[in-house]
Amino acid sequence: MPSLDDLRKRITSVKSTQKITKAMKMVAAAKLRKAQENAEKGRPYSEKMNNVILNLSKSITDKENAPKLLVGTGEEKVHLCIVLTADRGLCGGFNTNIIKKAKSYFEKIISENKTLKIITVGSKGYDQLKRQYKSYIVENISFKESKNINYFDADKVGKIIIEKFEKNEFDVCAIFYNKFKNVITQIPQEQQIVPLNEDKDDKDDSNNDNDYEFEPDEDEILSNLLPKNISTQIFKAMLENSASEQGSRMTAMDNATRNAGELVDRLTIEYNRSRQAAITKELIEIISGAESL
Amino acid sequence: MSNLFNIDIVNPEQSFLSKDNVFEVVIPAVEGEIGILKDHIPIISFLKPGIIRVFSESEEQNFYVEDGIVEFKDNTLSVLTSSIFDLKNADKNFVSESISSAEAELSKDNIDDQKRFLLNHKVEVLKSISIN
Repeated sequence: MPSLDDLRKRITSVKSTQKITKAMKMVAAAKLRKAQENAEKGRPYSEKMNNVILNLSKSITDKENAPKLLVGTGEEKVHLCIVLTADRGLCGGFNTNIIKKAKSYFEKIISENKTLKIITVGSKGYDQLKRQYKSYIVENISFKESKNINYFDADKVGKIIIEKFEKNEFDVCAIFYNKFKNVITQIPQEQQIVPLNEDKDDKDDSNNDNDYEFEPDEDEILSNLLPKNISTQIFKAMLENSASEQGSRMTAMDNATRNAGELVDRLTIEYNRSRQAAITKELIEIISGAESL
Repeated sequence: MSNLFNIDIVNPEQSFLSKDNVFEVVIPAVEGEIGILKDHIPIISFLKPGIIRVFSESEEQNFYVEDGIVEFKDNTLSVLTSSIFDLKNADKNFVSESISSAEAELSKDNIDDQKRFLLNHKVEVLKSISIN
């Protein structure tokens, strides 16, 4: 049985924790709105980029000589995985979910005897992965200093990927991030960016009559466009990720605040009961003392 | 019959400009400037450093771009670029910085002809901006 003093201390400490989680929730909510706005603003660019590439790749008939970034190196031996996580914790299952998704992919690669290379973006991902996969991590990038997500940062990551590709350091490249569905749901995503996965293009075969004029020719445009597309995809993932992070943190902190409230209620009842018990005990002592006189 | 079409200029962060009342746009494509009017055939091209001129009914707007991709289809011109600014509110410092960084790049030995051409061109365009 904890003493009254202990209980009082517990209550104060839980209350101050609650204050912190409440404040963090508010901050996350404000940041979320901005991140969401940014994610929405960034969508047209990546969508248009995808469209252009789709139209271009349709018009390429000579698949053999197509740029390797589009069709791949023809092998699938070395996999490069880009794991995008947050730089901060206290955001519920946000980082863990990405890592979980990535780990199951890693296991698959390793069990198939393929070579695995990992680039982590964001310090939390590195912290969680370095224990188990230290030897596979080739690079660890963090943008702690930049306040906002900007294209410049994404471009840096994109350039690293291109550079590695040109040196033939990998065959397949996949990125892992959380897709923002709504405030409470974020879906961990695995997306292959090299070679480009054409999964949706069968739908609109009807409008194949867009005979585009290309200036200069298709190949040259594609080889210029594909590196840009990688940066764009990374940027999109970063935007989705930051919205997800804030959403996830908001829900986590909301839960924490509610739990702290429940805990305070329970502790207060316990405190009042034991206070009452002490008073009753004292009264009984006084009365029985008076009676024995 | 109206002779107007749509233009969308987007950069990675946001939609930069969206208009539905332009009648001519001149873009600095890699192989020379292209003027685009309504019902141009579908075209995909990419940009070299230069000035995009947008003529709408009421006004004329000029933007400096460094690179990007243009697509024209169904009377909508989409411009995707990561570096663009309106000439009206051009930042003098930024312009002169860009000039000097491009010149520094030019003085290196290991650049190929195409890159040299693009850089020279960039310097030229930027200088013409800074004079005005």
